[in-house]
Amino acid sequence: MGEPEIKRTKLYDNHVALGAKMVPFAGYAMPVQYPMGVMKEHLHCRANAGLFDVSHMGQGFIIPDDGKFETAATAFEKIVAADIRGLEPGQQKYSQFLNEDGGILDDLMVSRLGMPGHDHWLYIVVNAACKDADFTRLAGQLPDGVTLKVSDELSLIALQGPKAADVIAKYLPDAATMPFMSSIDAQIDGIWCHISRSGYTGEDGYEISVKHDDAEKLWDLLMSHDAVETIGLGARDSLRLEGGLCLYGHDIDETTSPVEAGLLWSIPKHRRENGGYIGAARVEKDMAERPKRRRVGIQPVGRAPAREGTIIQNMDGQEIGVITSGGFGPSAEGPVAMGYVKRKYARVGTKINLVIRGKAKPAKIIKLPFVPNNFYRGSLKAN
Amino acid sequence: MKYTEDHEWIKLAKDGDGDIATVGISTHAAGQLGDVVYVELPEVDAEFEKGDDAAVVESVKAASEVYAPISGTITAVNEALEDAPETVNAAPEEGGWFFKMKVSDASQLDGMMDADAYKKFIAE
Repeated sequence: MGEPEIKRTKLYDNHVALGAKMVPFAGYAMPVQYPMGVMKEHLHCRANAGLFDVSHMGQGFIIPDDGKFETAATAFEKIVAADIRGLEPGQQKYSQFLNEDGGILDDLMVSRLGMPGHDHWLYIVVNAACKDADFTRLAGQLPDGVTLKVSDELSLIALQGPKAADVIAKYLPDAATMPFMSSIDAQIDGIWCHISRSGYTGEDGYEISVKHDDAEKLWDLLMSHDAVETIGLGARDSLRLEGGLCLYGHDIDETTSPVEAGLLWSIPKHRRENGGYIGAARVEKDMAERPKRRRVGIQPVGRAPAREGTIIQNMDGQEIGVITSGGFGPSAEGPVAMGYVKRKYARVGTKINLVIRGKAKPAKIIKLPFVPNNFYRGSLKAN
Repeated sequence: MKYTEDHEWIKLAKDGDGDIATVGISTHAAGQLGDVVYVELPEVDAEFEKGDDAAVVESVKAASEVYAPISGTITAVNEALEDAPETVNAAPEEGGWFFKMKVSDASQLDGMMDADAYKKFIAE
């Protein structure tokens, strides 16, 4: 076998035409930045709207042969810890695939389709680097009568930022009031889309699944708005880091459990108590005994960024953990990081040292996120 | 102005009986790095051999070393970069200089590229 061929999304030519710097990422040639640069792209997304090609991610459907949602939901609840059976049509949840030891194999978004005639289907979005392994494993885990259909005909485009709703609402007024973590199937200017109100920036926004053949048309349409600029993987990373969101393979992996990673919120109470999913024993053990380490936000004092792999020490110089994501936060206007520390050091405000190029530099534990999440919570007002 | 294959620039000035070299990173390197957010400078009086790690320049995404292009002793550092690292992008070959060194052996510059040669080098 030769070198694996690097894949391209349907928008590859568009990125190149826009002057993007293309880099290999999870087997795809992806735009790491456009001529605007990471800093300005990041700030633009926080203030306006940013357009992302995330077609490298894996999309699939879980379909019960008997046409009953309960059948698909029951099967998928044996695999993930989220409340799947309780999903209403169009509702979306964040979850993780765990191994038998409770280590995280990948994280994912799962929704119950809302479209009439298809509301017994589950739709999942998984990470690009894990998708082949996820789909192979999942196909083997699902029982007879429940089928995994891996999509090879869908692109995925995200529009994120405080002006994303205004842009989408020009074509689809209903999109403006969609609840966070819900989805609809509807047309944008005649293009059929599966639209979910979610994302990976900490901002309000949408992830839009669209047929490959329509991807370019939708991309150009959304790009035509003054509020919209294209955003590469560089700013996507700094946005999600400021937003306190985990990057698989860095902040979470097979060696970390959901409780250590601070993701217990994604496991509802009845599932924590009743188990019945892969890795449940570890989650129960971590809850009962409390984990040995915790994922925390880390604010370096001073300007030096602390990168992934930086050793964390206590004030006595003993190693207590490691940075798993770190860099510069354009909105935070300084270095930002997250990592794992021994539990006794996880309290917000704890002073720590980061060993950067051999020198201990002061930092402290902070509460994530670095920049407040700006998710759409509806127009409910207290009277 | 001379350039190294590691994308530093170096400019010599007479200082009494010796030479002082001012060192920075090239416009090309600054463009490749993207938005510079942090610069770590050497200590004044630190001694470096040609090729030693002398400074660090960090963009949003990554950290890169700046090497001492020649052997010598640090005589001054551009402290303004600590508060305004973006100067490295704005004026990489002027206000964005990193450090000055007292040159031990000016002949180390002999093999270095001039502006035209460097232009060809980065175009390759």
